[in-house]
Amino acid sequence: MDSLLLFFRKLALLFRREKFDSEMEEEMAFHHEQKEKALLADGVAPESAHYAAKRQFGNATQLKEQAQEVVSFRFETVLQDFRFAIRQLRKSPGFAFTAIGMLALGLCASIAIFAFVDAALIKPLPYRDPSRLVGVFESIPECPQCPLSYPDYLDWKRLNTVFSSLDVFQRNGFLLSTPEGAQTARGLRVSDGFLGTLGITPFLGRDFYPGEDLAAAQPAVLLSYAAWQQRYGGKQDVLGQTVILDGVPHTIIGVLPGKFQFAPARSAEFWATLHAPNSCEVRRSCHGLNGIGRLKDGVSIQTALADTKSIAAQLEIQYADSNRGQGAAVSPLIEVIVGDIRPILLVLLGGAGLLLLIACVNVTSLLLVRSEGRRREIAVRGALGASSTRLLRQFATEGLVLVAAGGSMGIVLAGWLMRFLTRLIPSDMLADMPYLQGLGFNLRVGIFAFSMAIFCMAIFSGVPTWPLSLSSLRGGLAEATRGSSGNSWRRLGSNLVVIEIAIAMVLLVGAGLLGKSLYRLLHINIGFRSDHLATLEIDAPDAVYGNDEPSMALERRVIREMAKLPGVQSVGVSYLGIPMDGNGNTTWFRIIGRPWHGEHNDTPQRNVSSSYFTTLQAKLVRGRYFNENEDTSKPNVAIVNQAFAKKYFSSDEDAIGKQLSFVPVATKPIEIVGVVEDIKEGPLDIATPPVLYFPLNQNPSDSFTVVARTSQSEASLLPAMVAAIHQIDGHIAVLNEVTMTDRINHSQTAYLHHSSAWLVGGFAAIALLLSAIGLYGVVAYSVSQRTRELGIRLALGAQPRMVYQLVMKEAGWLAAAGVAIGLACSIAAATLMRGLLFGVRSWDVSTLAAVAVVLGASALLASYVPARRAASLDPVEVLRSE
Amino acid sequence: MAKKSDLLPGTLDMLILRTLKRASQHGYGIALSIKHLSDDVLTVEEGSLYPALQRLLLRGWVKAEWKKTETNRRARFYTLTTAGRKQLGAELSQFEQMIAAIGRVLQDA
Repeated sequence: MDSLLLFFRKLALLFRREKFDSEMEEEMAFHHEQKEKALLADGVAPESAHYAAKRQFGNATQLKEQAQEVVSFRFETVLQDFRFAIRQLRKSPGFAFTAIGMLALGLCASIAIFAFVDAALIKPLPYRDPSRLVGVFESIPECPQCPLSYPDYLDWKRLNTVFSSLDVFQRNGFLLSTPEGAQTARGLRVSDGFLGTLGITPFLGRDFYPGEDLAAAQPAVLLSYAAWQQRYGGKQDVLGQTVILDGVPHTIIGVLPGKFQFAPARSAEFWATLHAPNSCEVRRSCHGLNGIGRLKDGVSIQTALADTKSIAAQLEIQYADSNRGQGAAVSPLIEVIVGDIRPILLVLLGGAGLLLLIACVNVTSLLLVRSEGRRREIAVRGALGASSTRLLRQFATEGLVLVAAGGSMGIVLAGWLMRFLTRLIPSDMLADMPYLQGLGFNLRVGIFAFSMAIFCMAIFSGVPTWPLSLSSLRGGLAEATRGSSGNSWRRLGSNLVVIEIAIAMVLLVGAGLLGKSLYRLLHINIGFRSDHLATLEIDAPDAVYGNDEPSMALERRVIREMAKLPGVQSVGVSYLGIPMDGNGNTTWFRIIGRPWHGEHNDTPQRNVSSSYFTTLQAKLVRGRYFNENEDTSKPNVAIVNQAFAKKYFSSDEDAIGKQLSFVPVATKPIEIVGVVEDIKEGPLDIATPPVLYFPLNQNPSDSFTVVARTSQSEASLLPAMVAAIHQIDGHIAVLNEVTMTDRINHSQTAYLHHSSAWLVGGFAAIALLLSAIGLYGVVAYSVSQRTRELGIRLALGAQPRMVYQLVMKEAGWLAAAGVAIGLACSIAAATLMRGLLFGVRSWDVSTLAAVAVVLGASALLASYVPARRAASLDPVEVLRSE
Repeated sequence: MAKKSDLLPGTLDMLILRTLKRASQHGYGIALSIKHLSDDVLTVEEGSLYPALQRLLLRGWVKAEWKKTETNRRARFYTLTTAGRKQLGAELSQFEQMIAAIGRVLQDA
């Protein structure tokens, strides 16, 4: 009640503030007069009476302010401070724009990158209790996290004591029959409990029931929400309809939720069951299924790993021929999904953080220059009765205004930058990262932005008062403008510039190393000529082309038709993958004539046409290529790469003529007829493993990849190739039509290296600019402070050249100190990110030297202007103006 | 001149109220009264009366109006209100209790 009354009284006074002030003034004046009269009556001299009255009264201004504070609301002084701060900033728009711009830049970069980090690494996966989900793998030395075979999966599921459920999935392209012909559609084959393990229930319809993943059950399929919307117009009556996948009618039993995402599924439209076992899944040695398990309560990853390992060991004994060397691996699902991009995101976040730091340091040194200029103002305000808390609050408010303006600009820019960066990601890569759909502002990003702003504010509001402790107020008043006021600032400012240059060095070295990695990556020997190659994959219906004869006829026809297209020089085809796609199809073999104890030589396999190597322009090292007439009627032959020859044969042994056999199911002897130079079959940054090539005609297939070399533009050839295939048969699906150059540049490895190099490079360029501005500011200010000293030097006969050297030397020292500190920090930083480097050591001397030169040159450039100004001072004018 | 800190905290308000209990006064008058009544022992930094008076006004313990003095000068006169009288009573009894308590402690020692 009382406080309410108080509030209204204050409110009433708020609108009569002027009257309040004038009345207070009058009252105090009256008091003075009376006092003076009384003192005069006591016989005090008029002169001293006046001062005595004043003395006894106290500091009138301060008291008036105190009286005002009694009746005013707290926010009024805050508002006053704000108005004052804004007025101060408007008085120096150059400073305000620079400071706010730099802050906005730093905040924008770090907020945007943090949003990516949040979406990918921090936000929990959208499943029930996601921290209990793990990826489950079989493990061999060549492939530490490899898919399970179906019989192994069944045994693991039966024997384990650590998972409350264990399920598998496999990515699968379906041939979808539509009225317009065959299309390929992305799909997934899952075991019956897959959705239950994730903790997802369908948006419409039902989940698979137990046993629905067996061959005996009616084929059923779930639609993704997107497929339901796009292919079925979002109609409710979709349930129960039939869709023909790979020629088999499937009943649609449900629709997945719209927000459901599962990164490893990419953008799968059709979620079918395993309908196991297929031809691969009957074999314990055919590994195609990715495991996903939910840990039982209280079971740790280590326990789960130990349990699966013991099961694997048991199976190794039981099924020696197929399971020899097959271990187990368990890792958190989040690790499986985002493990690849975590280091890059963290490096980017670090880069953005450094950029923000450099922006803060720069603004801080600007503030220091200003606070030096305001030394007298502060001293005067202190003497006039501004309390120290009030002055501190004033500076805090100015910091707040800067950060608020910079921060809100930064947030707007960050939103824009996020959209921009997302748009830069190729759409098929974006499909692999569905978690980025949640990218944007949320509570965590908000808290991050807020704490960054608080961090900046803490720096800014503290700094201006630092060199001017209030005890030195009197000093400030006594000093003339040309005093030694610059000293404290120069020391602090110089330190700041050294920090700035060191940070810029770290960023530049990071960018340099990443750039060099990218260059090395794109210029490694890939073993073939990647230009002027057009590629596409085809998938023909098994019902028509499934047997060997029609498959072979199709392959020959495709090659013939492609060769007719204008500009095409040669055409080759490959089954089980072409360069760069890293298809993991491997086979086990033994070398005939050597002792064999059941070990598995696990080697990637490619089945290629006779024209394949000549089309790629791969280099034959020894022996010969396949002949067109080498089919199942001829002796089995193989070509190996150099890595294979090196691994399995000693240097004085010739691989040509040696014979191989598949294991565990023995085949006719396969003779090695040629050795080719290593072709980069997988990701660019991974050493090419030993590879076996077999003639396609001895293992015909109705789905394969076509590679065509053209003398003209390969991109413009692609549509003609697609049309020619459809001319052959409209039921053949064509997918992934892309040039080889794009395949390389858009491969995930190249793309991740590319984007991190460019982003860090961008940060580094801005950092370089900011540190040059910072150095310029320090040197220019130092010159302006020393104008008088330099003038005297010149007047006493110093050569302009010497003055010039004096200034440049100062800048040189700062730059050298910054580079030296930066060198140490960069090596440390580069060591932290060595996982991202390819073909470059973290202490790459040429990069470090180049960065030091660039920094040194820009430092000299930044100090050249003020140095020249110093050298061209007219001593007469300087001394006169002083 | 005694500094503000020489007064017990909170006593300035009480002294003002007590002074006004006898008659309404302007600020200068209040300062004089405190000085005279305490035989020059209690002197305040005179200016500090004014923020204190504003505080009392805001609380509604005194009211102010502009009047002419005997010498025909305009001055702001402060008068005790009923609420102020009550407040003074409360503060006085509190103060006396405290003084008595301090006295007892000092005697025992």
